[in-house]
Amino acid sequence: MSAMQFLVWVRGPGLQWSVAILIAGVLLRMFEILSLGRRPDLSEPRTATRGSGWRTVVMRSIPPASVFRTAPALFILGYLFHLGLLASVALFVPHLELLRRILGLAWPGLPSPLVDAAALVALVALLMVLVYRLRDPVRRRLSTVEDYLVWALTFVPLATGYCAFHHLLLPYTAMLAVHILSVELLLAAVPFTKLSHAYTLLLARWYAGAIAARKGVVT
Amino acid sequence: MSASFERGVDLLREVMDAPTAAYLSSCMSCGLCAHACLFYTETGDPKYTPIRKLEPLKRLWRQEFTLFGRLARLAGLARPLADADFARWSELVYDSCTLCGRCSMVCPVGNDIAAMIRKIREGLAIAGHAPKGLVDATRRTIEQGSPMGIKPPAFLKVVQHQRDDSGAEIPVDRAGSDYLVVMSSMEIVGSPEYLGALAKIFRQAGLTWTVSSTAYEATNSGIQIGVSDLAKQIVSRIVDAAETLGVKFVVSPECGHAYSALRWEGPNLIGRPYKFRVVHVLELIDELRRAGKLRTKGTFDEPVALHDPCQIVRRGGVVEQPGTLLKAVASKIRETEDQGMLNWCCCGGGGVSANHGAEALRIRVFTKKKSQIEKAGVAHLVTPCGNCRNVIEEALDHYGMKVEVHGLTELVGDHLDEGDAS
Repeated sequence: MSAMQFLVWVRGPGLQWSVAILIAGVLLRMFEILSLGRRPDLSEPRTATRGSGWRTVVMRSIPPASVFRTAPALFILGYLFHLGLLASVALFVPHLELLRRILGLAWPGLPSPLVDAAALVALVALLMVLVYRLRDPVRRRLSTVEDYLVWALTFVPLATGYCAFHHLLLPYTAMLAVHILSVELLLAAVPFTKLSHAYTLLLARWYAGAIAARKGVVT
Repeated sequence: MSASFERGVDLLREVMDAPTAAYLSSCMSCGLCAHACLFYTETGDPKYTPIRKLEPLKRLWRQEFTLFGRLARLAGLARPLADADFARWSELVYDSCTLCGRCSMVCPVGNDIAAMIRKIREGLAIAGHAPKGLVDATRRTIEQGSPMGIKPPAFLKVVQHQRDDSGAEIPVDRAGSDYLVVMSSMEIVGSPEYLGALAKIFRQAGLTWTVSSTAYEATNSGIQIGVSDLAKQIVSRIVDAAETLGVKFVVSPECGHAYSALRWEGPNLIGRPYKFRVVHVLELIDELRRAGKLRTKGTFDEPVALHDPCQIVRRGGVVEQPGTLLKAVASKIRETEDQGMLNWCCCGGGGVSANHGAEALRIRVFTKKKSQIEKAGVAHLVTPCGNCRNVIEEALDHYGMKVEVHGLTELVGDHLDEGDAS
């Protein structure tokens, strides 16, 4: 298979399969969670709780200062990685072109040098996260094979995207194909690994916020 | 594989609900919860990372409630839970967690870790891996009416003493009263003046109230140990008494876990809403003050700090009242680090104080509280929770600290303006 054939495959069937697995997997995980249901809470709520779940969904992204101070590295790296990733994925003009071709919708992107910087920030943050995970006793003790696998699945698309953009390591066509393949592996892994936090986090925060709000506690 | 182990796993399956699955599905193992837990911060041992204490629950969820996990298990790639896992995790689940829920406040994905510890205890308890001290306390509650073995005659003696000391009436089993007052064992044994203070408060506010000769104990070790059947039996005693006496309100003691058990878990344990309302004693006092039915006179003038009990504040929703009431009766209040919603636990809640095997650890991790108190520079601490108070006093003794601990209700009682008391 030539690099071009590889590229054609990843842009065609490869992409279709990975997106299909992603969608089916997300729906499955949502079903696995929501079908468990929860017992009605018979205690009398202290206050009206409307909207409190959503409040926690939003506010949990902003730690209180005293919590931030307990592990600043974790928060800083977390923010840098997520924002860098978001910019690289969703504000890179070629990505938006692809989106427009497939879905017919897109939004304005950022100039490439800015996205380039964002990708670099995300990559460096991810590398530091890995070092943190390997060296810090709490992270090391918590980590399983899945944690490292998921790290690699996230790192490779960013790294190959960066290399493709800068024409590094492999010829452009081959690197682009590897990049797209790595993205597809990532997408397919989302629903079946802890990457599912990308969407189940909404449920988790919502439940926590709604349950606490019944008691009159803002979390 | 023992039958009780199987029942334990069954119970874990039973308590698995949508919030739990959402939490477990969202954990990134970032370990931030470790920094929120004094069992980690004070020992530096990563085994105390809160989310790690849930490992058996997480494994069960993955292996039985997710597609990939089920496939992995069928393919022999995942090790099913064993009794030995429960045995190993007992220490983490019971000795090194007070259910204080500080971790639940900081988890970036919103996981209510404390709620899940409460759930995993259900499985461990039924499988026979609950600590002996808690098992005994629960048995005493069921058989004798109180985890500390306080039988009705002993309670009635306390009532008589408090009548004599306070000079206020303390009605027993008076049907048709508006309020039924229940206590925690720590209060009955360690700070019975709470009852005398309440008697004076009720007298000044002109409310009708009573205690019960059968349902005087609100501590629910059934919840702390994680056996809902027993927890139901324990809370039912109060529900039956309250509904027989026809009261409109049951006044929860200061004790935080008792409050959570009665206010938030009780109706779910008995499977129906109450025919009365549960009000925390501080909510009641605060309301009475606001309504002008309670007047205080003078203040406590030594520097004093407030210890916010976890189950009352962040897990219970009685958030503002402790501070407001303290302000009314104390003139030199010193702030402590992280006070309020993120306060550090007394180290002995959630059944830990009844668990003798956990004593050395609980004293060891008290260093967090110790540093909070030292930084505040106070010789007086007020805490509206009998258990916090007792646990803190023990640890203060251990560290040779000269700090006096007060209950908040008593402090209010001491400063009532009884100018027109009859």
